[in-house]
Amino acid sequence: MVTPADIDPKLLEILVCPLTKGPLEYDRAAQELVSKKAALAYPVRDGIPIMLPDEARRLDDH
Amino acid sequence: MADSMNVFDRSLVRRHRDRAVGTLPGADFLLREGAARLADRLFDVARDFPLAIDIGCHTGQVGLELKGHPKIGNMFQCDMSPRLALAARLNSPIATFAADEESLPLAPASLDLVISNLALHWVNDLPGALVQMRQALKPDGLFLATMFGTETLRELRTALMEAETETMGGVTPRVSPFVDVRDAGNLLTRAGFALPVVDAENVTVTYTDMFKLMSDLRGMAQTNAVHARHRKPTPRMTFLRAAAIYAERYAATNGRIPATFQLVTLTAWAPHASQQKPLRPGSAKTSLAAALDSTEQPTGDSIPKPH
Repeated sequence: MVTPADIDPKLLEILVCPLTKGPLEYDRAAQELVSKKAALAYPVRDGIPIMLPDEARRLDDH
Repeated sequence: MADSMNVFDRSLVRRHRDRAVGTLPGADFLLREGAARLADRLFDVARDFPLAIDIGCHTGQVGLELKGHPKIGNMFQCDMSPRLALAARLNSPIATFAADEESLPLAPASLDLVISNLALHWVNDLPGALVQMRQALKPDGLFLATMFGTETLRELRTALMEAETETMGGVTPRVSPFVDVRDAGNLLTRAGFALPVVDAENVTVTYTDMFKLMSDLRGMAQTNAVHARHRKPTPRMTFLRAAAIYAERYAATNGRIPATFQLVTLTAWAPHASQQKPLRPGSAKTSLAAALDSTEQPTGDSIPKPH
């Protein structure tokens, strides 16, 4: 049984926010990589982090 | 907006790449050629690369070449097009993400090898992208890339320019500007790399006609994305004339037309104290004459006196 394709932990070690180069938090339930500094959540689709600011969700949206 | 820093329309580059998902498998011979060259270079380097990344991975050509090689530990790949990234992971099942070469999401000093295969010619800020890739490398990490050089598509550039002048009374950029081999080494040095090596080789591909070439370019996501490109549809007459000029000027006796692709290979290292460095000018302790076991002869030149 495979849950939503998980991100390779080694990949998580090298990824940072493309805008701030700050750390990311992996929200496994929401399938998002969150950059607190940029207030952006980058989506993870089919286990592929989409590290594009124009595809990210703004955290102050709601 | 178009300005001197933004030659390319990056959102259009991405659309071209998204669109090429279906066509790349049949049009990726240059990408496979580039990937094979990169693999050759890499295997000549007496070094292991525990963490490696392919930036601008298309549909995974480099990953397929390098996957499972004893020198490579963990391999990652990324592309600015999420659709290409997904296709790449299906072809070559390694950790994949989507990222823009102009703002890379890579932790500083985290990688042993950064590879890029025929992707960097669509980047507006190439010096900036190179700096980011250098920063992502650990000290003494290797940067290895292929790019298209200025000779690329020179026949097509000439034919389109002449046809456009004849039929439209002016020219617009239709073939991308490519990197000049002579500038590439300076670019690497300016980006803070050590020991840069640049070489170039022309690959000639033949086609039945110019339209077949252009359809292949579209298949490879290499369609015009220059900001200053002509925005109105080009009259078919212009392309017909260009195809005629192309054939008249370049066709071989069998009628097929050649298309030149200049593959420029860049090799450079993230600086490290252990690397060889040139000595400071004037720091020599031996004269050239002594090194050559000869005697120093005055040249006889006299230095002109200032008036």
